[in-house]
Amino acid sequence: MATATQTAVWTKDHTKIIRDGLWEKNPITFQVLGICSSLAVTTQLKTALIMAAGLTIITAFSNLVISLMRNFIPNKIRIIVQLTVVSALVISVDQILKAYMFDVSKQLSVFVGLIITNCIVMGRLEAFAMSNPPWKSFIDGLGNGLGYSAVLVTLGVIREIFGSGSLLGFRVIPEAAYAAGYMNNGMMVLAPGAFFLLGCIIWIQRSISKYSEA
Amino acid sequence: MEHYLNLAIKSIFVENILLAFFLGMCSFLACSKKVETAIGLGCAVVFVLTISTPVCWAVKNYLLRKGALGWAGLPDIDLSFLIFISFIAVIAALTQIVEMVVEKVSPPLYGALGIFLPLIAVNCAILGTALFMDQRDYNLGESTVFGFGSGIGWALAIISMSAIRKKLWYSNIPPALKGLGITMLLTGLMSIGFMCFAGIRL
Repeated sequence: MATATQTAVWTKDHTKIIRDGLWEKNPITFQVLGICSSLAVTTQLKTALIMAAGLTIITAFSNLVISLMRNFIPNKIRIIVQLTVVSALVISVDQILKAYMFDVSKQLSVFVGLIITNCIVMGRLEAFAMSNPPWKSFIDGLGNGLGYSAVLVTLGVIREIFGSGSLLGFRVIPEAAYAAGYMNNGMMVLAPGAFFLLGCIIWIQRSISKYSEA
Repeated sequence: MEHYLNLAIKSIFVENILLAFFLGMCSFLACSKKVETAIGLGCAVVFVLTISTPVCWAVKNYLLRKGALGWAGLPDIDLSFLIFISFIAVIAALTQIVEMVVEKVSPPLYGALGIFLPLIAVNCAILGTALFMDQRDYNLGESTVFGFGSGIGWALAIISMSAIRKKLWYSNIPPALKGLGITMLLTGLMSIGFMCFAGIRL
């Protein structure tokens, strides 16, 4: 491995890794990873934001840790090792949430724990961290976490505005609109609304980036 | 008995683990292209869930819960923060066992499921069911029924989706909507269908 490229803190490579995660190889719309939680926590923007932050931190740091250990992990038991590292990180995030944001942690319910089995984390560990140096892996985790966050925030904003007429808990659709006969779209906060919305987001993203499945 | 039947119906139809809680979406999307694979994976998930949920219940109640270590003379210890890591370890070990059994008993099924079996370990439906079992404080009987019901519900969803996708082979879908996009929209429609079951009780 060339030491020159390794010692440089930020090169074009790193920018490309971030861009891939955010747009061209977005974990949700392109790699089809981590769909479960993106649908479940987005009825409100607040939970979506916290989930996105949690996942970005966990992906970045688990990528870093696994990448540091990658030469010592026997190939056969690597899944267990990865799961252990990820669950240790998830437990810390969960305990912090329980200590400082108890009501949010109640709303997220089992979905914080489910970050362990979130395919983005495992997918990036397998595909990137096992074969790349630590700093690059950290950036890759960050990029993919941000790509996931972007989709989550989009979903959260749309679902909260149209589903309950508010944003981050503040009312954005004026009372006058309700008086004139406007009604919240109940389907947005239910499961089918989430599926349709994500389907449309995927459609739009793929139309713009000109990607299609064979 | 009626209580258990009610719980089973609730977990299969009303609160379908996939269509209402979005759990297990990844393998649902990836493995619903062929009916045979979908059936195989569905059965494997039912099997693993039926065993793993009660085992996780036992681990929680005899090792981790506050005061659970009373039988060992340590009544004050609360290890419940270890729930995530012990549940995932139980599930990973069970999946390994299922993989070995399937390889021994039915090599064709093993060939068809191939890489998907290890993936059951990271299927969120399995861990999600275990965590819901923990959150809702089910007892042993209830958690077995809940695990089985969730598995059946998931299998039902993936098998019907694979059948729909087979029919889609001949339809003319916009290129950007192919694959993932259209599957999401279909899942939405299926989820609306399953919402008709809401409120059904025995």
